[in-house]
Amino acid sequence: MVQITSPAFKRNAAEALDNAGLQKALGKAKGAFLQRRAAAVAALPEFEALRDIGRDIKNHTLANLDHYLEVYAANVERNGGVVHWCSTADEARAAVLEICRKAGARTVTKGKSMISEEIGVNDHLEAHGITPVETDLGEYIIQLRHEHPSHIIAPAFHLNREDWEADFRRAHTDLDPNRVFHERRDILTEARTRLRQKFLAADVGITGANFLIAETGSSVIVTNEGNGDLTQTLPRVHIALASIEKMVPTLEDATSLLRLLARSATGQDFSVYTTFSSGVRRQGDLDGPEEYHVVLIDNGRSNMIGTEFQEMLRCIRCAACMNHCPVYGAVGGHAYGWVYPGPMGSVLTPSLVGVDKAGHLPNASTFCGKCESVCPVKIPLPKLMRHWREREFERHLTPAGIRSNLGIWAWFAKRPSAYRLATRAAMGALSLLGRGKGAFRSLPLAGGWTEGRDLPAPEPGGTFMQRYAKTRGAGR
Amino acid sequence: MSKDAILGAIRRGLKRGPLPADQRAMLDGRLATHPRHLIPARSRLPRPEQVALFIRNVEKEFGTVERIPDLAGVPAAIADYLAAQNLPARLVMAPHPELEGIDWSARPMLVREARAARDGDLVSLQHAWAGVAETGTLFFPSDPVRPATLNLLPDTEIVLLRASRIVGAYEEAWDRLRAERQDPLSGGFMPRNLMLVTGPSRSADIEQTLELGAHGPRRLHILLVEDEKAPRMASPEQARAEAVSQPGGPAAPGD
Ligand code: SF4
Repeated sequence: MVQITSPAFKRNAAEALDNAGLQKALGKAKGAFLQRRAAAVAALPEFEALRDIGRDIKNHTLANLDHYLEVYAANVERNGGVVHWCSTADEARAAVLEICRKAGARTVTKGKSMISEEIGVNDHLEAHGITPVETDLGEYIIQLRHEHPSHIIAPAFHLNREDWEADFRRAHTDLDPNRVFHERRDILTEARTRLRQKFLAADVGITGANFLIAETGSSVIVTNEGNGDLTQTLPRVHIALASIEKMVPTLEDATSLLRLLARSATGQDFSVYTTFSSGVRRQGDLDGPEEYHVVLIDNGRSNMIGTEFQEMLRCIRCAACMNHCPVYGAVGGHAYGWVYPGPMGSVLTPSLVGVDKAGHLPNASTFCGKCESVCPVKIPLPKLMRHWREREFERHLTPAGIRSNLGIWAWFAKRPSAYRLATRAAMGALSLLGRGKGAFRSLPLAGGWTEGRDLPAPEPGGTFMQRYAKTRGAGR
Repeated sequence: MSKDAILGAIRRGLKRGPLPADQRAMLDGRLATHPRHLIPARSRLPRPEQVALFIRNVEKEFGTVERIPDLAGVPAAIADYLAAQNLPARLVMAPHPELEGIDWSARPMLVREARAARDGDLVSLQHAWAGVAETGTLFFPSDPVRPATLNLLPDTEIVLLRASRIVGAYEEAWDRLRAERQDPLSGGFMPRNLMLVTGPSRSADIEQTLELGAHGPRRLHILLVEDEKAPRMASPEQARAEAVSQPGGPAAPGD
């Protein structure tokens, strides 16, 4: 599994604020997401009503998840596919490796998949002599840099054009080292040419899944590049990795959620490629995989059912919450220390890896409420973060300093008008101070995570990113 | 076994055992009737405007559309388009009866090969099963006459779409799919692969700035055949009757 650095959130965050390149990238990227989403939402008068529908569809599915999973699995088999039920990340990795081995795979292409990051498929395959190649443009450069995605839909959110050029020169050593990248298009073309050969050579293609449909036994992926489609169409074997909460009952249910997804994520009305995969190549088909496997992963989700965190399982991974989060906007994704950043990560990460390792994350919030107000399936993210804070408090995992800060926070929280006033002030301070590096540390209401913690002094040895890269390198 | 462990954990969380038969039957009823939810009003338009909405949405997403009066106009339209784009007069084409039935003799220089796409193919001609006006989205169910690689490998994809195959909302396309298709393997209606395509391939991964032509086609050009003299086919039953009477027979369900 991906190494967890969430306990060092404070240190990570401080370093992120000092990282000029990161701050430049964050500054450029953020506005684009907000504007595009706002325009797409404004163009669809039914958007608010659809959010209620999205919430209800997911709630209905979760309340009957056992039944829908069984119907789904039976339909996958009817389509000639195989479902591998996996309780843990270990089981899922083993299942993927076994399928690849049986296929005699040497290289494996991959579409973007957060669950793949969560269970650490790449390292596992590499350790067993199989080369995974990320094909989403953002994931590709992340892999070249031995990093992890900093955003759930824009993995290279933290990089600037100069980073791309430098990394491509470093990695593509067979090309003229003095070649000029006149525009972004040249970077894209180089990646396209390089990855085309990988698509054609791969023995197995691994994708994630945005939805699983019980009615038809289909897995659905949503992309703009077309890399996921090449990944699942060209190799002889297709593996779809999906966690159990991706389930929806029917095509109509998926359709309503798809109307929300692209608008919330990239501000498109619909993504370029929305692809439904249902089993193996049919007789007479001229292309498509001969084997179709679904690795169906629990990895902690079923434990959330029946708790206050069940609502988090509605998440469709659109990233609107992090795009609108002042904390994410100031420190970026890597500071959160695990696969899922931003508000959704602050709730999900403690659920999946344990509050002892990720208990700091729910404090990474100004409780401004923006995340909840944009979430397409109406997950009450601030409330869920508050639940974690209370649990952390009760479990006495919290250093004394934070307990007193939490006391202040609780005082505000019980007085909504004072709280609103204070958070508004905090928001103002944030937008003002966030521009000057370091100023963030003295933010009043976020004191719980910026000041009140007794953590070891930052180690020497470069920025977080550099050290992270080093650790990763050493782990190989 | 992990299946039992997962289902057991879910049921423990939900504080119940396996669902009783009557509740299972209710859920299966929901699956069988697949009720529609709220459908945005934007595509509920009189017919000509619905087609116009489709075109506007395709163009908004950087696709291009050329309206042609009938199938006989296809060869000239393609030859002219390729010339205008400085592309060679050569394409790989879906082995679809409707495309193969076109009289290509008017443009003898246009080289066509009916097969799946390969690396190095510059231009494809694909057959769209339907279009959805709501977002300018094309439906491509894979089958022997519609290989999915044609949507992916070439740099330029030309698509033939009959205007009568444009519906307002996705839900209408689902109902048609259910009515018209029968999958030879599963007996259901879903093909192995169903691509919903809205505009040409793109990426915004480099500094969140949009570039067209990431891994798939950089150009998506739709030839829209104006086959709607009368009001369009109203019901799936009619559509199915029409589909069966077309050339290609069972190899091309629903075409
Ligand atoms: S929590 Fe809501 S806003 Fe955040 S990624 Fe999930 S669905 Fe999107």
